[in-house]
Amino acid sequence: MTELLTGIVLDDELLLSLRELCRLCGVNAENIIAMVDEGVVEPQGAHPGEWRFRGMSVRRVQIALQLQRDLRVNLPGAALVLDLLEELEELRRLYRQRGGI
Amino acid sequence: MEFKDYYQILGVPREATQDDIKRAYRKLARKYHPDVSKEKDAEARFKEVGEAYEVLKDPEKRAAYDQVGKQWKAGQEFHPPPDWSREFDFRGGGFTEADPSRFSDFFRSIFGHGGRGGEHFEHATFRARGSDQHAKILVDLEDAYHGATRTITLTIPELDAQGNIVGQLRTLNVKIPKGIMAGQRIRLAGQGGAGFGGGPNGDLYLEVEFQPNPLFRAEKHDIYLELPVTPWEAALGTTVVAPTLGGKVELKIPPGSQTGAKLRLKGRGLPGKTPGDQYVVLRLVTPPADTPEAKALYRTMAEKLPLNPREALGV
Repeated sequence: MTELLTGIVLDDELLLSLRELCRLCGVNAENIIAMVDEGVVEPQGAHPGEWRFRGMSVRRVQIALQLQRDLRVNLPGAALVLDLLEELEELRRLYRQRGGI
Repeated sequence: MEFKDYYQILGVPREATQDDIKRAYRKLARKYHPDVSKEKDAEARFKEVGEAYEVLKDPEKRAAYDQVGKQWKAGQEFHPPPDWSREFDFRGGGFTEADPSRFSDFFRSIFGHGGRGGEHFEHATFRARGSDQHAKILVDLEDAYHGATRTITLTIPELDAQGNIVGQLRTLNVKIPKGIMAGQRIRLAGQGGAGFGGGPNGDLYLEVEFQPNPLFRAEKHDIYLELPVTPWEAALGTTVVAPTLGGKVELKIPPGSQTGAKLRLKGRGLPGKTPGDQYVVLRLVTPPADTPEAKALYRTMAEKLPLNPREALGV
């Protein structure tokens, strides 16, 4: 029997510090600070030492990094793509609910 | 292994200019980007397109590819020429930002493994963290409600004894935490791709998707159930038994209920710090008028309870 793995759930109840978010996404603090400036992720707290990021931020940072790498989307563009993607997901969810595919 | 026609993959002719290639790549990369695309095989197509571009955007790699490519067509069985690596030394370098582990065996057979594998691996002092892996996991609503253990099988890239990158089939036992919701991700530290040169492993991210359920539908942490009721239950009010994920409960139907009425069972949705609710949506079911007696009853109702349900429609 292989060992039982317990992961962490990246939900909105999980709050991450700047350091923890950097470690999880494999980037340095400057990257994240630039992403905060451009609205890719929005932490609670007044300054970087107090910042707390919701668990869903990990996904936004990872997608922003992929968009930068693969499509050369800059950070304001990535923030826009992420917001539109979330809206699209919500619309698809509503569409499925109403019996669409 | 199969020969890959990189020109065909990008949809450009062999004599295409670097600008044509770049334009074709950008267009396809947007179309198949796994974060954006809705296409089923988006991820595989995106990788293929990226690999084709990695070769064709680089005049040296493109020249080498053109030379080897003369004899083969897409899908044909391919073996690199025997003295290939001496003629073009791509091994051990030449990669700008690309990570050859993302590319196919075909690519690596021509261009090697870069600094991360192949012949140079043993001498390399290169250390790198393994890649993060992403997968979807289908979870039953019942398991999300109670919490469960699921066994999943997935392919994780690892280095074999020769330093080649191979897909390794791995079976993992994963704990599904109680109250997990669709769209949420579980991060399993160190369960992603193997690290290089003693570097740490990447992480594994599992995105939760709910298995369709015949009775219940989840919306975030709330659960919806359609409950059929008779006209007299809805009109007169009663207590009925309704299923929830946690078992059967008694539910009070208030008198004068209509179809579509939404009754809330507080805290009966998915558990959590603030547990979700279950909503019961009523659907009125009328008995068939298939006997003279039933028909007579309906006629009596029409007489004694006259109603124009289309009044609001102005007809």
